[in-house]
Amino acid sequence: MTFALPAGPRPAPRRQVFIGTGIVVAILSMVIGGMLSLWLRFRAAAPTRASSDGFRQIKDWLPADIKIPEVVTNTGLITFAVACIMVQWAVYAARRRDNSHVVAALALNLLFGVAIVNAIVATFIQMGASVADGAYQSMFFAIVGTLLALVVGGIGFTVATMFKSIGGRAANSDLMSAHALYWYFLTAAYTAVWFVVFVQK
Amino acid sequence: MTTIDTHASGSHVHATSSPSAVGAFLAGVAAWATTTDHKRIGRLFIGVALVVGVAVAAVAALLGAERITADGYSLLDDDSIGQMFSLYRFGLAFGVVLPLMLGIAIAVVPMQLGSKTLAFARMAMFGFWMWVAGLGVTIFSIIGNGGPGGGSAQMVDLFLLGVGITAIGALSAVVSLVTTILTSRAPGMTLLRVPMLSWSSLTGAVAVAVTLPVLIGSLIYLYVDHRYGRVAFGGNMGIENWLGWSLTQPQTYVFVAIGVGVLAEITSVSSRSRQILRPVLMVGVALVAVAALGGVTQVQHGLTWTGTSSSDKVKELIPFLIFNALPLLGVLIVLGLSLLGLVKNKPRIVAPIAPALLGLGMVLTGMLGHLVSLFEPAALAGTVFEEGEFIYVGYGALLIAMGAITFWGPKLWGRKFPASATLGLGGLAFLGTVLAALPMYIAGFANQPAGVVNGFSYSGPAGLWNTASAAGHAIVAVTVLLFILTALRAFTQGENAGGDPWDAQTLEWSVSSPAPVDNFVSMPVVSSAEPLLDVKPAGSTS
Repeated sequence: MTFALPAGPRPAPRRQVFIGTGIVVAILSMVIGGMLSLWLRFRAAAPTRASSDGFRQIKDWLPADIKIPEVVTNTGLITFAVACIMVQWAVYAARRRDNSHVVAALALNLLFGVAIVNAIVATFIQMGASVADGAYQSMFFAIVGTLLALVVGGIGFTVATMFKSIGGRAANSDLMSAHALYWYFLTAAYTAVWFVVFVQK
Repeated sequence: MTTIDTHASGSHVHATSSPSAVGAFLAGVAAWATTTDHKRIGRLFIGVALVVGVAVAAVAALLGAERITADGYSLLDDDSIGQMFSLYRFGLAFGVVLPLMLGIAIAVVPMQLGSKTLAFARMAMFGFWMWVAGLGVTIFSIIGNGGPGGGSAQMVDLFLLGVGITAIGALSAVVSLVTTILTSRAPGMTLLRVPMLSWSSLTGAVAVAVTLPVLIGSLIYLYVDHRYGRVAFGGNMGIENWLGWSLTQPQTYVFVAIGVGVLAEITSVSSRSRQILRPVLMVGVALVAVAALGGVTQVQHGLTWTGTSSSDKVKELIPFLIFNALPLLGVLIVLGLSLLGLVKNKPRIVAPIAPALLGLGMVLTGMLGHLVSLFEPAALAGTVFEEGEFIYVGYGALLIAMGAITFWGPKLWGRKFPASATLGLGGLAFLGTVLAALPMYIAGFANQPAGVVNGFSYSGPAGLWNTASAAGHAIVAVTVLLFILTALRAFTQGENAGGDPWDAQTLEWSVSSPAPVDNFVSMPVVSSAEPLLDVKPAGSTS
């Protein structure tokens, strides 16, 4: 025998995609955060050596023959900022049920996403380092490679969202907000890596 | 679409539509393999984890037997010993404890919340297959001499990959579970009104979600370094240093945290009362998840007690207490309030309470042991004392899971697990756990080193402790096997359970047993934490 509870009206949707994406973003933030922590730990533990001018003792972490191409990495950061504008434009347009603007914003975001991938790959190429050359190199490729994989995931998310929009689901602002959240996370993650790995080295 | 509106998919293939027996069988397998029914996904996690549990306990028994004579005949060569220890530790943490807790939560929590299904059910199913694949790859690589310190470079790479896939699988299930709890509750069910298992699932799953990604980050570094350079992380010999934290305390508490609410749930049903001091109980459950701090930071805050001033001692004591004593306090609160509920009211005998209570007690013993081992003057680091903690926590979780399966089994399968078997197997598992772990505590004080099976000697009956421990593991292996066989029989041919066999209080007991695919025909409205007590006449039984 069971006791039935009173039945009620169907509750309003609770933004499941957005919250699910939020949890994924939290998980991925911990991945990047954990990797940056290990990076900082290794950098702090690196032995010291005299600087080239001989006046200072510096951490012997970044190999002397490696130059990080700052123009490319800075361009990547700026591109992320523009991508954030695109995804927010998509959210705004979705709330106004303006399908053409949603698709345009997502298409531009896709373009910027590909540009970011290009910037990261260019960073690898212009550095001229090999992953097997040493501790710095292997850790550099690991953390920036992880970031690259996350950006590729973001591009996949954009493509899926765009297909749904083209299919007439532009009004799904929950999905659009989730998509924007993921790109904001990517921007924050890239900024953190940019500062710790590319700027502070 | 939300999970409280309609079901996610129509992947439930009806086997009867197939013309032949083989076709029906294949259709049934396909239906299970691609299901989006949370009850099936949960049962898949539970079933595979229990089978792995038998294997892990058998491996532990074999290792225990190897240690009986520290300088005598050995079945396994030295390289294999290290790999077997890795297999046992990884298997118990990631192959048994974590999936058992996740499986129980996935199977039960949506019903407790009044949800028709799991949010992102396909992701949870993907998580199950990823976990199975990762577990398989990891075990295969360890057997091929590829675990921590393994001699085969390719197999070590495969091991790192396997652990990563396992972690991604578990995290996929966690995302699905947490989203369900946050978004798919019945009208009126605020977070303060969720049943205690759902609450512990939320806090525990969040703790898993913040710790396992740190493991994945380390794995990426280790994989790249091991495959290409082997300079930064110490190659195969460095793996234990960088991943060991995920297979020891306090990270194991994080895995157990998901199931801490089981006991509180069963005791309140047993005492036919609302949970006593419910907000305090919720805080206690959440405190167990504070163990995530240890996992995230990968720091063991030991207590040297060597500071000369009292301020030095206080500075050392505060992080020690936050990292290690808060989870212990949480378990104490849950145990205390659960028992208080039983004492204050006149409890009925609800058999699943025995394994759940004994299990949480074992976890508590492991936590206490960990606290002692971190007191550095005791000099227990690197001894089998730490293995004893691990066994108490791991097998304690197994006992909790046995309690949960026998309690919610009727809702999942529609049939009862015999009370006598619950009590008997629970008692056996308890005996096995104590036999396996307690001698390790004693041998730890005698400085028996961890992770080796020979080359040690100390005054005292070393053979006796190791024989007892091996016997304990063997008992656990046999008990889990018997539990599986009993469950298979009971849940297919046992006594029909009826909708509410325990005269319980939470939403899952308001539907028929086994629960239908979509759980609820109409949307239940909740006005308290024990909604069925609001509609049942006082003193009713079913």
